[in-house]
Amino acid sequence: MSMLEPLLETFQTGSGFWNPVVWIVVVIVVFLITYILRGFGNKEYKKGTEQVKSFLSGNPEYEKEKMHIKGSNVYWGFTESLKWFFDILHKMHTGNVSDYILWFVVMMAVLFLLVGLM
Amino acid sequence: MNIVDFLLQHSPALIVAIPLLGAFLTPLVSRLNDKARNIFVILTLGLTTSIVFLLASDVFAGNIHTYAFGSQDLALPIVRILFEVDAMSAFMTIIGTILALVSVIYSWAFIKENTGLDKYYTLILLMTAGMFGMMLTGDMFNFFVFLEITSIASCALIAFWTNKGKAVEAGFKYIVISTIGALFILFAIALLYGQYNALNIATLASVIQFSFLDKIALVLLIAALAMKAGIVPMHMWLPDAYGRAPAPVTIILIGATQASLYGVFRVCFTLYGNTINLTPVSIGWILVLLGLITMLLGVAMALIQSDFKRLIAFSAVAEIGYMFLGVGAGLTVLGNTEMMAAIGSSAMSGGVFHIMNDALDVGLLFLVAGAVYYATRETSLDKLGGLARNMKYTTVFFIIGLLAVSGMPPMNGFASKLLIYESTFQLNPILSIVAILSSIMLLAVFVKVFHSAFLGPALPKFKDVKEVPKSMLIAMGIIASIIIVFGLFPELIVSNIVEPAVNALISYGDYIREVIPTFTGGM
Repeated sequence: MSMLEPLLETFQTGSGFWNPVVWIVVVIVVFLITYILRGFGNKEYKKGTEQVKSFLSGNPEYEKEKMHIKGSNVYWGFTESLKWFFDILHKMHTGNVSDYILWFVVMMAVLFLLVGLM
Repeated sequence: MNIVDFLLQHSPALIVAIPLLGAFLTPLVSRLNDKARNIFVILTLGLTTSIVFLLASDVFAGNIHTYAFGSQDLALPIVRILFEVDAMSAFMTIIGTILALVSVIYSWAFIKENTGLDKYYTLILLMTAGMFGMMLTGDMFNFFVFLEITSIASCALIAFWTNKGKAVEAGFKYIVISTIGALFILFAIALLYGQYNALNIATLASVIQFSFLDKIALVLLIAALAMKAGIVPMHMWLPDAYGRAPAPVTIILIGATQASLYGVFRVCFTLYGNTINLTPVSIGWILVLLGLITMLLGVAMALIQSDFKRLIAFSAVAEIGYMFLGVGAGLTVLGNTEMMAAIGSSAMSGGVFHIMNDALDVGLLFLVAGAVYYATRETSLDKLGGLARNMKYTTVFFIIGLLAVSGMPPMNGFASKLLIYESTFQLNPILSIVAILSSIMLLAVFVKVFHSAFLGPALPKFKDVKEVPKSMLIAMGIIASIIIVFGLFPELIVSNIVEPAVNALISYGDYIREVIPTFTGGM
């Protein structure tokens, strides 16, 4: 037990605490309860029948390969609504090494103002 | 004197000398055969790792090691190079050695189809030696020399795939940025040397006056090292370099980037520790502000990337912001014992612990990206999909990396981020709100990757894709295991290696007194 004690020690964060081992035990208990509750669920489910087919508001189902949402389309709504912000970021990242140096010079100038010359 | 004592005594020199010597021997060993060369490189780094752990165990017990190349009498004002290893240096070398060792194990299968591997491994060892030198040296000019060694080796490795134009372009950008950064660092060192006739960090720290020239040197050092560390808005070289380098090179590049980050902290806490809070605008708050901007812009850019490796690279930028936030928050209260005990030390523990966690988490994700590229020859998230069906182990490693980098419990990233959230909240609630928001966005970023690369139906073009070779799985497994152990037992890690490193930064007087015993200032 004395060997395990340092491992099981609660992590003190200064104003709080965190014990991952306790957290894992709680998660396992919650999973077990969920699993038991699942057992009381609908027993009418039949694999491989009409029940398991996707319902796309009456539209035909595409081939599976065409149904996969590609990386660029994930969060489309979010990125579209903040397009102005992402446009600014895109403009910053020119890929031109001269601009990279320019940002360095600008940053140095700001630091000089804040530290050196005040 | 037994062999262990001998190794311990000379360990600061050996940690740099072994990979350096190994680098020069690698082309010769390559003449035997490829397998002998690979084993030689792994053994070289394995031996270095053992010595790093030997030194670190002694340093964490409270002993600062100094190693003089030249006169052993530290009081004599003659030419010598001094290595000085406190807990912060030891902490950084542990990170560096884990990354380097994992990198060469991963390289065994990943890079074997390429030509010029004798040069590849030579450069890996040179880069590792340079990185260790930056972390262990106690001399400003020597720091510059090792920075240059690291930069030149890194540049060549970034452009290793010379048949790909973008890799060469990334290497070119990296060397331009590194050279200009190094030039300004050299200028800052010259300013300090011109005034104080010294290059040793402890000696300089004991006499520094915070004159006008010292302020200029401070700005030059912070700006140049922050650029090398990838702080926004000077981060733009980083996605190019990380994105184009072979995955095992990227993982050591993380260590090299963090060596520059270590440089910023060493300059602020040790070199200028006595005078840093004499400025009208606190340097600590400047670091905090840079950390916030870095987090937000890094994660925002990651969200809109469609290239796997560039996406991780922007996430790595965001992660660097957390370290700046945590350690910067500690710097704002440096010299105020009460505030340091209440907020500063836990913020710094979070920031320093996150250096280790970032190296592991982002490192693992880069290795996963490398594995995906190895198996599919594809990095575009618009073209990948359904890989979880064929690459089960890689998928599990990705999930571990995903949870860790987004700070989800019970992974290691959660423990360090929790420390940062709680302590910075007491300094200013907005700081922790931005930090939490960035973490949520990081989770969203990697859920997107998980969905687009690993989930979804099996794509016909990837139906023959197989799991990657064992050496790559072992390398990813080593990092994933460390992530889980660090996540499950954070108290063990924080109290044994993180807190000594934080105390080494705060108690800069001890570092100075190791060389200048008569020094009376400092915490």
